[in-house]
Amino acid sequence: MKLLNELIGWIDARFPLTSTWKAHASEYYAPKNFNFWYFFGSLALMVLVIQIASGIFLTMNYKPDGLFAFASVEYIMRDVQWGWLLRYIHSTGASMFFVVIYLHMFRGLMYGSYRKPRELLWIIGMIIYLALMGEAFMGYLLPWGQMSFWGAQVIVNLFSTVPFIGEDLSILIRGDYVVSDITLNRFFALHVIAIPLILVLIVVAHLAALHEVGSNNPDGIEIKKHLDANGHPLDGIPFHPYYTVKDGVGAIGFLIIFCAIIFFAPDMGGYFLEFNNFVPANPMKTPEHISPVWYFTPYYAILRAVPPLFGSQFPGVVAMGVATVIFFFLPWLDRGKVKSIRYRGPIYKVFLTLFVISFLGLGVLGTLPSTPALTWVARVLAVVYFSFFLLMPWYTKIDKTKHVPDRVTSR
Amino acid sequence: MNAIKKLGVLVLLMLMPAMAIASGAGVHLDKAPVDLKDKVSLQRGAKFFTSNCLACHGAAYMRYNRLKDIGMTDEDIKLLLPEGSKPGSTMQAAMDSNSAKLAFGTAPPDLSVIARSRGQDWLYTFLRSFYADSKSPNGSNNAVFPNVGMPNILAGLQGGQELRVESHDGRETKKLELVAPGTMAAAEFDATIGDLTNYLVYMGEPAKLVRYRLGYIVLGFLAILFVLVYALKKEYWKDIH
Amino acid sequence: MTDNVNRSKRRLLIAATSAAGGVAAAGAGAPFVFSLMPSERAKAAGAPVAVDLSKLEPGMMMSVEWQGKPVWIVHRTKEMLELLAKHEGELADPGSSVPQQPAYCNNPYRSIKPEYFVVLGICTHLGCSPTFRPEIAPADLGADWAGGWFCPCHGSRFDMAARVYKGAPAPTNLIVPQHKYLSDGRLLIGDDSKGAA
Repeated sequence: MKLLNELIGWIDARFPLTSTWKAHASEYYAPKNFNFWYFFGSLALMVLVIQIASGIFLTMNYKPDGLFAFASVEYIMRDVQWGWLLRYIHSTGASMFFVVIYLHMFRGLMYGSYRKPRELLWIIGMIIYLALMGEAFMGYLLPWGQMSFWGAQVIVNLFSTVPFIGEDLSILIRGDYVVSDITLNRFFALHVIAIPLILVLIVVAHLAALHEVGSNNPDGIEIKKHLDANGHPLDGIPFHPYYTVKDGVGAIGFLIIFCAIIFFAPDMGGYFLEFNNFVPANPMKTPEHISPVWYFTPYYAILRAVPPLFGSQFPGVVAMGVATVIFFFLPWLDRGKVKSIRYRGPIYKVFLTLFVISFLGLGVLGTLPSTPALTWVARVLAVVYFSFFLLMPWYTKIDKTKHVPDRVTSR
Repeated sequence: MNAIKKLGVLVLLMLMPAMAIASGAGVHLDKAPVDLKDKVSLQRGAKFFTSNCLACHGAAYMRYNRLKDIGMTDEDIKLLLPEGSKPGSTMQAAMDSNSAKLAFGTAPPDLSVIARSRGQDWLYTFLRSFYADSKSPNGSNNAVFPNVGMPNILAGLQGGQELRVESHDGRETKKLELVAPGTMAAAEFDATIGDLTNYLVYMGEPAKLVRYRLGYIVLGFLAILFVLVYALKKEYWKDIH
Repeated sequence: MTDNVNRSKRRLLIAATSAAGGVAAAGAGAPFVFSLMPSERAKAAGAPVAVDLSKLEPGMMMSVEWQGKPVWIVHRTKEMLELLAKHEGELADPGSSVPQQPAYCNNPYRSIKPEYFVVLGICTHLGCSPTFRPEIAPADLGADWAGGWFCPCHGSRFDMAARVYKGAPAPTNLIVPQHKYLSDGRLLIGDDSKGAA
């Protein structure tokens, strides 16, 4: 013990070990009233680590080459010892990453976690979300199955709808006139090095911003307003050990669901691993029905719902882009007097419910082949989706809010 | 608790597309008698596969010695090996893909993961749905996969089938009828194709049973860990009022 | 925060959770480590190799690939075998006491049949592949050279049973891999099990 203390002392004289631990764990005060929804931040971090670890080991056996990519994935599934497990961890992890992130974002919407002073925290989080979408999209090309190929083909072609520069832009992305071995090779580079590096950096920035302003909580009350004699928030508790043990419960609970999927339903009925992706990429033959992986389908449905203008799909592409980017503006769209849904009026609750329904509904529609009737449903849901944001300055202002207590409540 | 209920609804909503697809329309598919634990059936399927399908199709990701999974011995496997192959070799088609392409118009697909892309019921129904069709270049056609390039090599076993289109109240129903007997009785043929389908499903993911077995162990262990972590959390949170 | 904490219960729970968590971490790490071991493809490529000896003339050497490494088979002549006993004093381990060969090859010829010598063609020093120099007393290797292998990388010398000469950088004799005769003229490299091959 004495030796250990001496070692730590030696390190502390040269590196901020103990002080960092104190600042971010043992003396970082978090509100004591976190509920179920506050698990998803730490879970997202855990999934990131799982994805990086499994990804490194997959990279050791994967070949980013149009001739060998599909075969190398099957090689991992069969010939590499426990390779099937590594692959299922990574493929399930990709989908679960989005489950966790969507729930984490929904938490932010419910409790107003994007409101002042957490605007930058929210924006950094949104950048993580966009980076994650890019990461997932490029990773999905790597198995080089039919869905990989045609999914990438369709998405890259969206860029070619941009007026004037579109065609050149999509060629720049592909490095070829169609999605090809060249595209696969560069997507591999971006997927395994560039975007993960950026992701890790902005996740660190996200945590730094969080620890600067402090966590929000289900009551939307700033705990820093009421300090005790030592200058610690009265409603705060040290992150370690209280939230480390609590997040431990969340982590194991999550792992139980995660492992149940990995071991008993890794393809999730064709939603985590699509059936057509077990057919090698064939540029000569499009599968009958192609749809993106489930986590992109809400945006895909919006894209399809917008009618072409002057024969150009560009308006749909713009709508899809706006649907993602509009989240960035939430801190300034919300004019409500309170942060948390607990003290909001009925109008906000109705709008948030409608928004969730529209998001899930669009997600379902995005997986289905489009028919005229479904397209109209998608249009209605898209209008609902956008009105949640665009009408927000109005309805949050007129909404009847409840009185917010001084101190956090426990329920 | 309220939050957990809400999550449950969310999860249900997310699963909706799965249900929607499951009830999708299309050709009626017969249910394949797949049982990965039935090693005798898998071995019969493996023998049928190596002696018939491998003539034109390959299974380039499957190694012969992997068949030990389904209870075959080194000696059994040696009997299946083509000239010049080692037990560790992958299953290659006897016919090279270029001449196959010339013969059938399209290269016969590799069958390693065919069960994962097509599904077991589709395979089981497809293999039993060939019928004589004079309009087709190879004299046969398939009710599940119209104008398939594959000729009806199973006719000798199954016998000849013909497609009958009946109409009732303006609705057309298509039915296959056995018109000439084959060397196998109908039930025997169905059982043989059942074995083959079973084998194809096994080959699509050889580690599947290992995956299930390990899954129970992992989930059991995590359940214990959950109880411990939960108890630890309860203990620490006694401090918080 | 409060003083009436049951310290021993906490310690027990921490110990139990850490132990179970450690087992879980080790269990999760194991597949990652195992994935680094040779895959089925590597094993198939490294499967035993059958060799036909009928075309190997006396005094000649052939090389076959086994597990990606060169395996040499030399058809030694009577003269070569007789020379083996004559320079034992100059060898580092003439009696093959270091187990660089299977037990059935622990004899003066380091082989099952004296005339056919099977050896892994990788220098025990730093892994170069020595060159076969069967000629006696060539100009570059000196008058004492009785035939054998010379490693070009660091000058290790081996005799016709791949035993290393004293003073060479290589510490031990070359490795004789496991092998067996399938029939008189057919060898199997990499497998010495009894029964069917």
